[in-house]
Amino acid sequence: MYDLNELKDKIAVIGVGNTKYGNFPHIDDYGLAAHAFRNAVQDCGIDKNKIDGMLVSRIPYYARMGEVLGINPKWTITLPGHGRMSGMGIIEAATAIAAGHCDYVALMYANIGRSRRVNYGGDENPGTWDPWGFTSPGAAHAMAFRRHMEMFGTTTRQLAEVSVAIRYHASLNPDAVMRNPITIEDHESARFITAPLRLLDYCLINDGAVCLILTSKERAKDFKKPPVLISGFGAQDTYSPSSIANFDMNFWYDAVRATGKQAYEMAGVSHGDIDGLMCYDNFSPTVLFSLEGLGFCEQGESGAFVENGALTLGGRLPVNTDGGHLSNSYMQGWALNVEAVRQLRGECGDRQIPNCEVVQYVQSTPCTRSIIYTRG
Amino acid sequence: MSYNKPLPRLDTDNKPFWAATKDGKFMLQFCKACGDTRFPPGPICPKCLSSEQDWKEATGEGTLESWVDFHRAYWDGFKDELPYRVCLVRLAEGPVVVSSLVDKTDNLRMGAPVKVVFDKVTEEVTLPRFTLV
Repeated sequence: MYDLNELKDKIAVIGVGNTKYGNFPHIDDYGLAAHAFRNAVQDCGIDKNKIDGMLVSRIPYYARMGEVLGINPKWTITLPGHGRMSGMGIIEAATAIAAGHCDYVALMYANIGRSRRVNYGGDENPGTWDPWGFTSPGAAHAMAFRRHMEMFGTTTRQLAEVSVAIRYHASLNPDAVMRNPITIEDHESARFITAPLRLLDYCLINDGAVCLILTSKERAKDFKKPPVLISGFGAQDTYSPSSIANFDMNFWYDAVRATGKQAYEMAGVSHGDIDGLMCYDNFSPTVLFSLEGLGFCEQGESGAFVENGALTLGGRLPVNTDGGHLSNSYMQGWALNVEAVRQLRGECGDRQIPNCEVVQYVQSTPCTRSIIYTRG
Repeated sequence: MSYNKPLPRLDTDNKPFWAATKDGKFMLQFCKACGDTRFPPGPICPKCLSSEQDWKEATGEGTLESWVDFHRAYWDGFKDELPYRVCLVRLAEGPVVVSSLVDKTDNLRMGAPVKVVFDKVTEEVTLPRFTLV
């Protein structure tokens, strides 16, 4: 048995790849994932036959995926298509490599929700509260944000700062789906979906796929690009109340706090060291909850924290420099981890964080995870 | 016109709850071993794992913890009621439940006292909703 902290800087991301993001009715899950995989293989220059670990999420059948790619791993994991599996998957892959299950893991995620007209509510997601019309993850976040407004006086204009900053970043990302900049007034006049949340508080629904390739730090030296190290991670699940899906009475505060503490201690860094935060932004309030839980501000103070463009490149804490789920692509956390890698490699062009050395990923969800990446 | 909104999915655990709402009772499952009280009901006690579960009638009183207004209908049956309001209530007995708030006022605050009202929507189903006290 080893202490998880011993894994600090032992596992590296060597390759990342993604498809274009948008509406692709002519291609299925396997096709999207295969393109992302090929891009990640080309990104690092690995012989794809060396890949002996495979983790898939939102892919119908792992064995067909292996057949499509012509790989026969000795370690395979399938995770469901829930918006919290990226952090879980990357940590699982890292520990699998450390335990010797495999040497090179390809992690793949594909989403064809756009071309399949997925709604994320109603009969697609049967739940306990359907008879009262309560459905969809967005409504659960609206319920949580209303509490935040009542408890702490947070305003929708403050919430707008999240969407505005992240959209600005998307405007700098040539691959992002939504690139036209927005203002606080645009946010405030957008139509309600589930009040108090409006259209611009909701993530996109689009097609696309992402792939990351992980290996040990030692093996990582053999590839094309400088490795990005996994320096720390943390985890905490919160399964009550799961019948009220995607909801926590206290904004997952305790779980995010515990997760952040583990990750910071393992990586040996603190808040002031974080050059960029890649924050799961399924709905804009999640960003506020994450900032509080991680301790970038006190609980209840995230509204004031984000004011005046604090989350924008060049601001106090750049968040989701690729445009996140709100404006770049709904890749359920996977694309944010890719963005963390690209920032640390210095590949981000107009949206590059200067002197970027430490990037943190966080998902504040029933399965809260955080990963801290550093330059190898 | 027939009722066209989603109806409760009856399962082995929640049947007694839905049977009781027809009689105007809001029942809560509790653990005879440790007293844990919860909603929705489950097969064993999540605190002590006892199988000895029973039902008691709740007071029907609670406090408003949050609320939202749906401006989008995920089911066609709700289209004519947009926007409709859903609330989060902490019952006096402890459990937190989602329901409808029948009041249309925007003068709401977290912590406001509420009480249950029963709405017979079909011959077989009576939904508990809440109203401001």
